[in-house]
Amino acid sequence: MDLDFSIVTRSLPYLWQGMKYTLQLTATSAVGGLFFGTLLALARLSPNKILSNVAAGYVNLMRSIPLVLVIFWFFFLVPLIAQGITGSERPIQIGAERTAMITFILFEAAYFCEIMRAGIQSIPRGQVHSAYALGLTYGQSMRLVILPQAFRNMIPVLLTQTIILFQDTSLVYVISATDFVGAASKIAQRDSRLVEMYLFVAVVYFVLCYTLSYLVKLLQKRIAVIS
Amino acid sequence: MAMIECKDVSKWYGTFQVLTNCSTTVEKGEVIVVCGPSGSGKSTLIKCVNALEPFQKGVITVDGISVGAPKTNLPKLRARVGMVFQHFELFPHLTIIDNLTLAQIKVLNRNKEEASVRGMKLLDRVGLTEQAAKFPGQLSGGQQQRVAIARALSMDPICMLFDEPTSALDPEMINEVLDVMVQLAKEGMTMMVVTHEMGFARKVANRVIFMDKGEIVEDASKDDFFGQPRSERAQLFLSKILHN
Repeated sequence: MDLDFSIVTRSLPYLWQGMKYTLQLTATSAVGGLFFGTLLALARLSPNKILSNVAAGYVNLMRSIPLVLVIFWFFFLVPLIAQGITGSERPIQIGAERTAMITFILFEAAYFCEIMRAGIQSIPRGQVHSAYALGLTYGQSMRLVILPQAFRNMIPVLLTQTIILFQDTSLVYVISATDFVGAASKIAQRDSRLVEMYLFVAVVYFVLCYTLSYLVKLLQKRIAVIS
Repeated sequence: MAMIECKDVSKWYGTFQVLTNCSTTVEKGEVIVVCGPSGSGKSTLIKCVNALEPFQKGVITVDGISVGAPKTNLPKLRARVGMVFQHFELFPHLTIIDNLTLAQIKVLNRNKEEASVRGMKLLDRVGLTEQAAKFPGQLSGGQQQRVAIARALSMDPICMLFDEPTSALDPEMINEVLDVMVQLAKEGMTMMVVTHEMGFARKVANRVIFMDKGEIVEDASKDDFFGQPRSERAQLFLSKILHN
């Protein structure tokens, strides 16, 4: 087989564009997902049955549907919702990139919710009591006492989930968003260099994810020593 | 007016009754020791006083404010009632001084400097100024409990609740905590203390309450309680804890 890897070097600037989008999508989804996931976790743990059931329903729904399907779903649904809200005559196209961002935030929120829920439950009940006993409100107790500890306990798991998210973002190629895989795939097909490009992409993903996983493992050991 | 008043307080976990018609009062400046075998409901009762545990029947008032009333502003009430827990419950992610200033700043709206000054003053009082920048995990159990007392005092409480403050401590650390509590009692702080430290009770308590199976079996002055406890259960309990 005749392999020509010069195609990789020649297309590096374009691939970097894709990688930038991948990183941006990962970061936004992780931050947004963590934010909404934490709110969902608080809702799931709420004594209010309606609130906790709605949150549980959402999480279970999201976790039972393949991500690809959710991406498609939002790609077609969001323009219609936007149309409904603005009362426009036609569905409002918001573009693949933004669709991907919304989808991933909403999808990841379900996963981050379960992580944060476990984190909150790992904090002894006495901590909540002592926060309340000092006169802190529910919101203050959560924000100042419980969530910082829950978050810290869950950092390794949250980072691992973010690494999975980083890989999952490659699925946006199904709505033709140009992420790292999307960029590579476009060049691969234009120049018929599928093997070289996909091999290169795989190596990059492997090196990045493996290194990050290794760092998370080190971090986990350090945290275990502290507590 | 009584500082703390419990009237016919009953509490159930599902169908299991943990408190049965508990009534007692704590006057301003009084020190009340609550004792009894484990599972007798003493910790539950003291947690009902600042509504950390809900109760289904009866009335508890603190400084005239009904704890169980739905319209009571609980955070505001709790801010005035200091509480010390069995397992200290300092916030492990904050330094000692931050543990002392957090609620002063967020609840009492003191500014950071004011809160720090007050915090350091109380740390000095419990002999721990040098530990201010450390984290709770770096302190011994006795030190942590003294910090917890200082933290409760930083809110300038009108009364203090102690829930078995020495039972999680190694024996050699019990006295350093009791000394702080004795000092506090002598200064006239209103205190309700769940403890098995009968030496402490003898030294500073005005009254001793003995609980068993969710009921207040005996509520007597210190001298009466140690001199001639009326109930058989209290006699049995005393003979058990005083003879080992």
